[in-house]
This record gives sequence, structure tokens and C-alpha cells, in this order.
Amino acid sequence: MSLITPDFGLLFWMVLIFGAVFFLFAKFGFPVITKAVRQRSEHIEQSLRAAEEARLSLERFAEDQNRLIEQTKVERAEILKAASDERNALLAKAQEDASAEAAKILRNAREEIAAEQELARRELRSELSALSVAVAEKIVRKELDNADGQKQLLDKYVEEAVQSQVN
Amino acid sequence: MRASRFVILALCILLLPIRSFAVAQDDRMDQDDAVILSEAVGVGGVEESSSIDMQEYLFGHIADAYDWHITTVNGHHVSIPLPVILIDGGLHVFSSEKLAHGAVYDGYRVATEGEPSAGKIVRASDGTRPLDISITKNVCGLLIDSVLLVVLILLCARWYRRHDVLKEAPTGIAGLFEPLIVMIEQDVIKDAVGPEYQKFSPYLLTAFFFILINNLMGIVPFFPGGANITGNIAVTMAMAVFTFLAVNLFGNKHYWKEILWPDVPLFLKAIPIMPVIEIIGMFTKPFSLMIRLFANMLAGHIMLLSTIAVIFLTVKLGPAINGSLSVISVLFGIFLDVLELLVAFIQAYVFTMLSSVFIGLAHPQHETH
Repeated sequence: MSLITPDFGLLFWMVLIFGAVFFLFAKFGFPVITKAVRQRSEHIEQSLRAAEEARLSLERFAEDQNRLIEQTKVERAEILKAASDERNALLAKAQEDASAEAAKILRNAREEIAAEQELARRELRSELSALSVAVAEKIVRKELDNADGQKQLLDKYVEEAVQSQVN
Repeated sequence: MRASRFVILALCILLLPIRSFAVAQDDRMDQDDAVILSEAVGVGGVEESSSIDMQEYLFGHIADAYDWHITTVNGHHVSIPLPVILIDGGLHVFSSEKLAHGAVYDGYRVATEGEPSAGKIVRASDGTRPLDISITKNVCGLLIDSVLLVVLILLCARWYRRHDVLKEAPTGIAGLFEPLIVMIEQDVIKDAVGPEYQKFSPYLLTAFFFILINNLMGIVPFFPGGANITGNIAVTMAMAVFTFLAVNLFGNKHYWKEILWPDVPLFLKAIPIMPVIEIIGMFTKPFSLMIRLFANMLAGHIMLLSTIAVIFLTVKLGPAINGSLSVISVLFGIFLDVLELLVAFIQAYVFTMLSSVFIGLAHPQHETH
């Protein structure tokens, strides 16, 4: 049966042809293609890795930025708080100073007024006493013209003196 | 994922021979039918000679020949004569035309039916065979397909030489072949052979594409296709021998130790049962490769030819039966053609995968227990 008995001629040519095809492909065909494909897949792998690294560093950068922003916010708040505290303190101190000054001025004014009053009172009193002495001199001179009058006057003085004593 | 793929492939491999047996049986039935039909027709008194001879029809298509028969017009054979090359005490080269219709030329003739080497060129005197390296139909087909394949693959390789692969996506022929090459190399060869796969991938890729293009060209029904190349045992035998050499010439010392002094109880290797089994295994592996490819491709051709033959066999049964059976035959033929496309790929894939597995088995990694 020729179907299952290998024919020598065909075997010979098959070995020759396949050998030639294999030689051509092993030399010029498949290694070129597979090398290029491998090179590309390596390149893709590297690119993916680089992209991943870039993504990570970008993430880190964004994190840093966020942290910086947070920090700045905190600092700003602190500065603002310090400024407002200082302002408040200044205001309070100014108020205090002003009120103290005002009080001092007031006191001085009062004291001066009191002194002036005292002085005026004293002058008034001395003038009054001089006047009353003068008036009294005149009255006394007139009263002393009659005896009766003298007695009445004495009584009156006594009474007055007593009253002023009581008072 | 990978495991399931291998399971499916294993199933394919197991089922394909069953299919081919079934086909062989169908084929026999078709032949019987043909005999019965022609007998019935003969009894009916219709001329016997116009009936189709299934034996000649099938073997004319699947067997090797000294000329490439294309068609027959009005009983006149249109065929391409091919050179006959004989080495018989000197080189004898002449056209196969000279031997047509049993003619004797230069002391040679084609052996007739009934002789031991029927259909082959023999010495006219005693009917013995000279050393015959003629460019037969299959050799011619092999040459055409190989030239086609070489042109395709080298054009593809040229694309990679001329373009910067890091900047351009493959186009044209490179885009056609790259997915196939990458699939075979990365998914089949790399997984099965192991870390040293780069040394073997040129051979395995060549084997894959060589079988694939010959399978596909075998389905094309007219010249330069239609030669039953991968369904010829000499071709598959050569392929199997190449795989045998690739496995055994490059096997490492662990491989040889596993064959000659395997890790089994002493009495199994003192009387060398296991080594003998292993050595037989060395040969059965490529033998199975040879038979699988041969049987599957041959079966595919016979199945297609038988389906088409139904049209001619039923001519005598009247226009109604012949017409309806022709429609069925054409539809079934289309189905088979598509199936053969699938089988052409699967057989190339299976041959490559099993060759890779055998090569991988010859490179066991020394495991530390």
C-alpha cells in the first residue's frame, strides 16, 4: 500500500526543502522578528514602569504641596491670631493709659478747683471778716450810744455764741 | 486559564484520530456504495464504463504522482509534466510525459496495478525500482509552498529590519504574521520548552508555518494547491525525524539519566524494563506526531473528495435524487472546507505544541528535593 510506505524520493526532497527553509528562517527570518518583538515588549515594560514611577513621584509631589498648603494655612491663622491679640492688647493698654491719664487730669483739676475754692473761700472769709468788723464797729458805735442798747447787745452776743457753740 | 487551554487541546488531540477513523469508515462505505451503485447500474443495462471509479478517483487525488493532473476535458487529460530524476548507474533525467499511458522510455516504465510497486517508475526489464528522486507532484507542491512561505516570512522580517519597532506599529505583512508568531512563541514554545526556548523557537516556528502553509494549500482545489502534501507519510515522517533530532540531540544529562537509569526501584532497572520502555517511548513520541498529522490531513482530503464524489455517483439515479443530493453535497462540502481550515491550523498547532513539549521534557530542570 503506497499510502503508508514513505517514498524515498519525496523523503529526500522533503528533507532538502525543509532544511533549506529552516536555514533561511533561522538565519534571516524568525530571529529578526522575535528579537524585534521582544525588544518592543521590553520597551513597553520599561515605559510602564517609568510611567508608574512618574505617577508615584507626582503623587508624592502633590502630597508635599498639600502639606505645604496646610502648613501655610496654620501659620497664617497663627499670625492672624497673634496680630489680633497684639492689637487687642494695644487697645486695652491704650484705653487703660487714657483712662488713667483722664483720671489723673480729673484729679488734678479737682485738686486745683478745691485749692482755688479754698483760696477764694479764705479771701472771701477774710474780706467778710474785715467787712463784718467794719460793720460791727459801726453798729457797735451806734448801739453803744445808749445803755439799754448795750445790754441788749451783750445778750444777743451771748446767745449767738451759745448757738454757734451748739452748732 | 492556561491549564484549561491545555485540557481543551488534549481533548482535540484525543478526538481527532477518532474522527479520522470515522472518516476512514465513511470512505469505505462510500467505496462500497460506489461498487453497489455501479453493479446496480450494470444490472440495469446502462453502460458500465461511464461510472466513476472511486479507487482511481480517490488515489488520483491523494496519492503522489509523476505529473500534476489539473483536469480532464472531453476525456483528454490536462496535466503539467514534471521532471523524472533517476539514479541508476548514472543520472537519468526526462519529462514524465514520456512515460504516459504505460509507455517505456530509456528502459523505464510506470508499474501497473497488481505489481509490488504499482504507480512507481520501475525498470522495464525486471520491474525493480531504481533510485528515484523525481520532482513529483508533492515535491513540486512542497517547492511552490516553500517559496511562497519563504517570501512571506522574509518580507515580514524585512519590515522589522527596515522599521523602528519602538516607534511604529506593524503594518501589512508584519501585522499579519506578528500575532501568529507571538502566539506560537510566547504561548506554546515558551511555556512548553522552558527557559531555553529561544534556541528552539526558530525550528518550532518553521515547523508550524511549514505545516500550516502546506495544510492550507492542500485545501485549495486547483493548481498550485490541492497536492496532498502533509497527508503524505514521507513528509510527516521527515517532520517527525526533525523533531526527534531536536529532542534527542539537545537533551541534557538529566534527560538521559531519566531514560537509562530512572528513579524507580532497582529491580525495575536491573532487568532493564524501565529503560527499555523509555527507549521505546523516545521513538513512539515522534511516531505519534508522524501518524497524527498524516492521518488527519489524509482523512480531511478523503472526506472532502468523498462528499464531492456523491454528486457524480448519483448521476445514474435520476435528476431528482442527483439534484437534491448535489445540493446536500455542496452544502456539506462547504462545511467540510471550513472545518478543514480549522483542522489545518489545529494540526500545525498541535505538531508544534507537542514538539515543544517533547523538547521541554528533554530539558528537565534539576529539582532539589
